Amino acid sequence: MSKTISSAGFQGVSVQPKPLRRTFMLLAEQHIWVFLGLSLLLFSLASPYFLTLNNMSNLLTQAAFIGLLAIGMTLVMINGEIDLSVGATLALACALAVGLQSSIGVWPAIFVALCSGAVMGLINGTLLALSGMHSFIITLGALIGIRGIVFIYTGESALMVEDFSYTEIVEVYLGPVSLTALIFLGFAAFFQWMLTCTKHGREAFAVGDNAKSAHEAGIRVKRHKVINFVLCGTLAAIAGVLLSMRLGTAEPNAGKIWELWAIIAVVLGGTRLQGGWGSVWKTVGGVLTLAVLRNGLSLLNTPNYIELMVMGAVLVLALVIDKVLGFGHSK
Amino acid sequence: MTEVVLTAERITKTFTGVTALNDVSFDIHAGEVHALMGENGAGKSTLMKVLSGVYHPNAGAIHHRGELVNFTSPRDARDRGILLVHQELSLSPELSVAENVYLGAWPTNRFGVLKKKELHEKTQAALDSLGCNFGPDVRVGTLSIAKQQMVEIARVQAFNANVVIFDEPTASLTESEKEQLFIAIRRLRERGVGIVYISHKMDEIFEITDRITVLRDGELQGTVNTRDVDMAQITRMMIGRDLDQFFHRAQGAAGRDVLEVRHLEKEGLFSDINFKVRAGEVLGLYGLIGAGRSEVAETIFGVRQPDSGQVIFDGEEVDFASPKDAIEKGMALVPESRKEQGLILGMGGRVNITLPHLNLFSKMGISDTKKELEVFNYYREQLEIKTTGPEQPLSDLSGGNQQKFVLAKWLCADPKLIILDEPTRGIDVGSKSSIHKIIAGLAEKGLAVIVISSEMPEVIGVSNRILAMANGRLVGEFSGDDMTEENLINAVSEVPLESASQPSPDDKTKIHELKRTAP
Amino acid sequence: MLAFAVFLLVTSLYAPTFLSPGNILDVIRQVSITGLIAIGVTFVVITGRLDLSVGSMLTLLTVIMVDQHNQVGPAMAMAITLLVGALIGAVNGFLVGYMKLNALIVTLAMLSFLQGVTLFYSGGSNVNVADAQTTWFRFFGRGELLGIPAPVWIFVGTAFIASFFLLKTNFGRGIYAVGGNETTSRFSGVQTQKVVFSAYVLSGLATALAAIIMGSRVMGAQNTIGQGYELTVLAGIILGGTSLMGGSGTIWRTVLGISMLGFVQNGLLLLGYPYYVQWLVTWMVIILAVWVDLAAKRGKVFA
Repeated sequence: MSKTISSAGFQGVSVQPKPLRRTFMLLAEQHIWVFLGLSLLLFSLASPYFLTLNNMSNLLTQAAFIGLLAIGMTLVMINGEIDLSVGATLALACALAVGLQSSIGVWPAIFVALCSGAVMGLINGTLLALSGMHSFIITLGALIGIRGIVFIYTGESALMVEDFSYTEIVEVYLGPVSLTALIFLGFAAFFQWMLTCTKHGREAFAVGDNAKSAHEAGIRVKRHKVINFVLCGTLAAIAGVLLSMRLGTAEPNAGKIWELWAIIAVVLGGTRLQGGWGSVWKTVGGVLTLAVLRNGLSLLNTPNYIELMVMGAVLVLALVIDKVLGFGHSK
Repeated sequence: MTEVVLTAERITKTFTGVTALNDVSFDIHAGEVHALMGENGAGKSTLMKVLSGVYHPNAGAIHHRGELVNFTSPRDARDRGILLVHQELSLSPELSVAENVYLGAWPTNRFGVLKKKELHEKTQAALDSLGCNFGPDVRVGTLSIAKQQMVEIARVQAFNANVVIFDEPTASLTESEKEQLFIAIRRLRERGVGIVYISHKMDEIFEITDRITVLRDGELQGTVNTRDVDMAQITRMMIGRDLDQFFHRAQGAAGRDVLEVRHLEKEGLFSDINFKVRAGEVLGLYGLIGAGRSEVAETIFGVRQPDSGQVIFDGEEVDFASPKDAIEKGMALVPESRKEQGLILGMGGRVNITLPHLNLFSKMGISDTKKELEVFNYYREQLEIKTTGPEQPLSDLSGGNQQKFVLAKWLCADPKLIILDEPTRGIDVGSKSSIHKIIAGLAEKGLAVIVISSEMPEVIGVSNRILAMANGRLVGEFSGDDMTEENLINAVSEVPLESASQPSPDDKTKIHELKRTAP
Repeated sequence: MLAFAVFLLVTSLYAPTFLSPGNILDVIRQVSITGLIAIGVTFVVITGRLDLSVGSMLTLLTVIMVDQHNQVGPAMAMAITLLVGALIGAVNGFLVGYMKLNALIVTLAMLSFLQGVTLFYSGGSNVNVADAQTTWFRFFGRGELLGIPAPVWIFVGTAFIASFFLLKTNFGRGIYAVGGNETTSRFSGVQTQKVVFSAYVLSGLATALAAIIMGSRVMGAQNTIGQGYELTVLAGIILGGTSLMGGSGTIWRTVLGISMLGFVQNGLLLLGYPYYVQWLVTWMVIILAVWVDLAAKRGKVFA
């Protein structure tokens, strides 16, 4: 007996894969960057206007809105939850920022708009903590309800800014990169750092993987989730304010089904719906891939239906890859 | 005598009217391994959860190192050095070993940023003292189950625990991994840690523990020194009757061959499996967890497809693409996990029983509820199932009664062969005995029966013939007086271990899935 | 449920026509399109999965229905619509059932994909039925039988048939079993992949029926006509008390949930509020209904 013990012991399972396979696995785990690289290559070959500084700068700015939503979504999804209300929250912040500035001034209006996002996140998170309902249901309700609030506030028509100097706030560039894009990338870097280096960030994985054992280890799971919902709502509001600056108007239908785009970006980046796994960094990859596809296809003057169809196909492809490589846990 | 670290005095705990613990006292000395035994539902887990701060007792007091303590959360208990090592591992696969070891108590600066270096060093020290050969920065998800368990034990070291509670720690370990665990436990004991060891496995209890406390129906039956008692005495304390009357072996001559398996092989799981089962006999399939027994059964039943080999059932060669085919030919499988494979716990008995044979209980695809109820009532009476009615969700029932529903589900279509995989796992001794009686009755009625079990007394008690299996191969066949514990142990441990500790990727995902779906 | 009764009562006090038979029929007619889709999606939800593609599917199918009506006549157009609906459902069902991909993402992808297909098909312009006043096709959306609008007949009839299938047949038993415990179902010889597949096909067919009514009612189709339906449908199903975890729920609960949404909407309109106020109320109703349901189950208000 004793012989078998020492030989089997804890040497355990770590079967070393062959180098080729390992490279392949690594590529597979980072497949979003492969996607991104391929689509960049494809479009720069297809269109001379694609890989220009101007277009890239534009692309980054376009990506920033969905990107901010996706960062927040990543946090929530690592927790194993989902927030379907971000698109509506964005519209609310957008409307408040535009609607309030004539009465209380620009910066107070922006402040109120940002707070509205935090409050919506707080409502979602608190409902989750108190009721124990699934966040899918809670935020599905919020998606419908917050959109209702937006319409009640704006009526059915878009609000306009009176003073167009408001739209110039974001017309600041660092080289080719717009302020909007900088804010997006800055938040991405910050939250990636948070996820890897801070207590709250690391706890997110523990909570998402197994809330019960995290609780028993002394992590305050409910408070943790509420914080992430507030962060997610606030990020959506930031996106909303930025959008209002870019457009100078606030449409009640702004951000409609953007929550779905955000989810698509997050999933493309490899974060799992089941929680416990994910990275903001790869989400950025997902966001950029989506942006490249949209931008590239429209440069090629393809009708916009192609874009929608490609998007759907890419998403399923990402799932299949995840599945084939054996990481997938379908429900 | 050594110092007493933790005492629980006259603990009572009730859940909405049901008394789980009644006036139970319990103490743990420094440097001892104290076994806690009892049937399922005896109150062991409840007591441990009270001691580790998960539950708050309705009455009674807990003293830790002489001080009266009042735990409001597991964290309170942990801060005093009381740690629970769970039955299901509670690690986060995406976090590193170090982060898991110190989960909930990471060193941070005042902005909540982790001090990674400190974390690394502290964990390395804990791992070294346990003799682990993996580093603190490895992602836990890449480790084997046994290594993951060592990570849990490293927590003990990290938090300088003085009381550690192991809840069924060997449930998913192989024999050699178990020995390694025991070495770690002994090290903790030498260091003066008080250890509570909960297990159903008698041999482990006698190997590792110093004292034994037995609970029954939430009441204390007594605490004894392990060296003063034998298994029979403990069993009597647990069930209040003797062991002998448990087993019922089928009496009767074996008939024609019902199933023959030739050279069955599935890469990474098992190879070269050959055996026959005859009508009217109970064939035992003994082996440790991970030996490939369940996989063989599932392959015969069509859940998985073999790479090569033949299955001859009832005189014809069969090749089942799915369990549906196997069921139609008259085969039945009572699977290993009642909760995950055997029953739909959210639904009632009627629906569960008829699920595999809907054709028999319907006309032109339309359900025949009356017939379903007849069958339900028949088995409820026959198997003495305690339930309030055909629609009562099975999740409300005890493990024993649930298992009887699994049996009813497979018996109602009169199969020719029934395979029972760990038919009495996790159920109380009383129900065990009646399930053994049912098994013997089936064989006497002329069915071919295969019983898969890792409990030696059970497999010896119910079988007419036993096959031993280890590392994916059949390693011995025993019948009559050769069916002894010594022979079985020898058979399964005399195998070269080259392939032993390398579960296939399939297995790993399976384990992972099980962990995910665990409640 | 109690809150809903109070709502009905209060509304009828302020708007006396609210509970008149005419208005009730009107509400049921209004919800019949959402309701039909919800009946199909209920099958999917009971298997423990989701179908978010029904909104886009409704758009596409309505466009196809209307356009084909002009080209091959009403009967063929209806057949084509049903066929395409079943086909899309089959694709969803294949990806989720046989490929075992995540249902939420697959149907989300399908949502996007079908939007593209719709634009491709219609070329971005709206379509209208050419002979709107004369075609017998107008019956499905605008006709009446025995004083009851045709959509109500279709809706209630489909509900009866669906309910029968779900509760009384082996097929329905399989749907519940897969949602209750998929592994157990597989071990019990249920062909789980086929069950999931069929559920999605039913969802597609139900959406096709809804598209036929929609086309007949509007006699035209815009490229966004079905947008947001997937969420309303889910809201109604959840409101009816069907668990998203699968294994439980009935057609009648769904019908009830959808009707509740309809009455809230209608009541608020009768009280003179703009239509979007109903969204805010819907939010509250969903949260309250699910919370109360959950609280009753666990015997505690707070988790």
